Amino acid sequence: MQKVMMGNHALSWGAKLSRAEVIAAYPITPQTEVVELLSNMCADGSLKAEFIKVESEHSAMAASMGAAAAGARTFTATSSQGLALMHEVLHWATGARLPIVMGNINRAMAPPWTIWTEQTDSIAQRDTGWIQIYTSSIQEIMDSVIQAYKVAEQVYLPVMVVLDSFVLSHTNENCDIPDQDKVDAYLPRFENAYRLNTDKPAAFGGLTGPDWYYELRYKIEKDTERSLDLFEETGKEFGEMFGREYGLVETYKLDDADTVLVASASIASTARPAIDQLREEGHKVGLVRIRVFRPFPSELLRKLLAGRKKVLVIDRNISFGMSGAFYAETKAALYNEKKAPPMWGYIAGLGGRDVPLNVIRDMIEQTIAEEHPEGDIVWIGVKR
Amino acid sequence: MLEIRFHGRGGQGTVVASKVLAFAVAREGRFVQTFPEYGVERRGAPVVAFTRIDDQKIYIRSKIYEPDHLLVLDPTLIGAIDVTEGLKPGGWIIINSDKPAKDFPQFAGFKVATVDATSIAVKHRLGSAAAPIVNSAIMGAFAKITGFVGIEAVREAVHELSPVKKDENVEAAQEAYDTAEVPKEQS
Amino acid sequence: MSEEIKWESQSDMPLMAMSLGRMTVNKTGSWRNLRPVLDKEKCIKCGICWKFCPDVSISIDEEDYPVVNLDFCKGCGICATECPKDAIEMVKEE
Ligand code: SF4
Ligand code: SF4
Repeated sequence: MQKVMMGNHALSWGAKLSRAEVIAAYPITPQTEVVELLSNMCADGSLKAEFIKVESEHSAMAASMGAAAAGARTFTATSSQGLALMHEVLHWATGARLPIVMGNINRAMAPPWTIWTEQTDSIAQRDTGWIQIYTSSIQEIMDSVIQAYKVAEQVYLPVMVVLDSFVLSHTNENCDIPDQDKVDAYLPRFENAYRLNTDKPAAFGGLTGPDWYYELRYKIEKDTERSLDLFEETGKEFGEMFGREYGLVETYKLDDADTVLVASASIASTARPAIDQLREEGHKVGLVRIRVFRPFPSELLRKLLAGRKKVLVIDRNISFGMSGAFYAETKAALYNEKKAPPMWGYIAGLGGRDVPLNVIRDMIEQTIAEEHPEGDIVWIGVKR
Repeated sequence: MLEIRFHGRGGQGTVVASKVLAFAVAREGRFVQTFPEYGVERRGAPVVAFTRIDDQKIYIRSKIYEPDHLLVLDPTLIGAIDVTEGLKPGGWIIINSDKPAKDFPQFAGFKVATVDATSIAVKHRLGSAAAPIVNSAIMGAFAKITGFVGIEAVREAVHELSPVKKDENVEAAQEAYDTAEVPKEQS
Repeated sequence: MSEEIKWESQSDMPLMAMSLGRMTVNKTGSWRNLRPVLDKEKCIKCGICWKFCPDVSISIDEEDYPVVNLDFCKGCGICATECPKDAIEMVKEE
């Protein structure tokens, strides 16, 4: 079914199509419509899920954990300060190996108060063990929720589906709602092998000493790595069933490119027409959009970027005192390559500053013009 | 690609007007993208919304800086802000006003059309007489004047998007469509 | 029923540490060096000790007196502290 919808509602629809059984969420601008539509769907019976009203995001994730531990397919959504408040429980969800799926609307952190987009909120959670998908269209948001469950439930790890506040959350565009039958075939009912079970009682997560904790972390890492292949496989399968294929990254005009732009989310979308323009002017420019940031697709990036003349990375986030996260990690992934290209790291669009096509062009053109990068951070358009 | 900017005030239905256009165009099988100027919405404060229309998937996700056309839902904004900022020469400016287009000489170089959407909205009891909701009426007129979208699709979109008084909104759109005058000097 | 979950190697370890199965296999009674002893003369059968025992080791018999299950009583003395009638005395284990 074709529909025009906003990014927030695409998350809700993704949860509905995935037949989420429990939703525990607390509203926060600009995520509010996600929860609003889900509670409507629960109220009118179109989604047969338990909607748990909670008093904070910390409780939202705690309730989600309880539901997921009982074996229910569980969904929640949040943003920014709300995600930060969840921080402790995010670690818990990973350690408890609960395949929860959560939408996070990227919104800059306060102070000062802000509601506009920036990735620092979710980047700050990159070490919690949550898998992270950064989306770049309304359609991809909906599809990613479905794919997220498919991966999460195979590796017993939680997944965050991330979207830019307003630029995606409040933008309405064409979206194809897949048939429920087909989604059911792609994503069958989930039987959690470790669920709470009164016939097989167990105590979960009790005190574990240095004798085995290390191994538990090893197992998380191995399953996280395994999800890299699963993203490619389940993304292909998604393409076969629904006509839209997804992978760890998306490339555009990359084959013969000597200068490659690495970006994510909505900036990577606007980058496509920017690259079209530069191509018309004779520049061999290509794009790698990083879709899955955790696990980081290092191996694939080495394959795609080693041997290029120049690489620039645009980050809508900043790790103060270091650089943008996508830049730091892309650079780290390439470090041992003999043919590692020089890499420029641009910071753009913090706090929702618009990143129009001409600014993306500026960054690419500056990279082409410069011999070698100076430092790890290039600021673009800072006011005097 | 067509890029259209909407100017209004909080409470008039500016954002919904941009969505009506997007929903209508999508019904005709084209690609759309619509979004408000993201901010904290307050009644009476100037509101801006944007709609992009194309035959192909739309990738650009920045604001619209150089719109092809404008819709002005509240004539009191003219002069208060520079509504034509970035507007491409020859673009349409469709204004909700009871005055004729020739009363807007400051817009030389653009194609100006007016529609008394306020009266139509009041007649169909949309919003209150003091604060009428004019989006349905102005979108009916937009369909007629520009021909960018059919009135059938606009009617359907208005019906889908009106939270209350669906029929009255559809009638307002139709009345504006039927009565709007297409300026003669239109190329 | 009370099956202890054991693992030998990393590969057969559950993804999340699951200890012991049901708590009935975790005989916390072995930790005890003081044992609660009830004086039925003083006891008013109020049930406060039953409510406070952190190991749920106290049950109530047919005559409504508290009974301590020594398989699980770890000898913490909370029951003795909370008893309003000093009817429980903590006695050294032999
Ligand atoms: S000593 Fe502690 S564990 Fe034993 S019965 Fe009293 S309260 Fe329970
Ligand atoms: S708290 Fe004391 S008085 Fe009350 S039931 Fe227990 S032993 Fe008896």
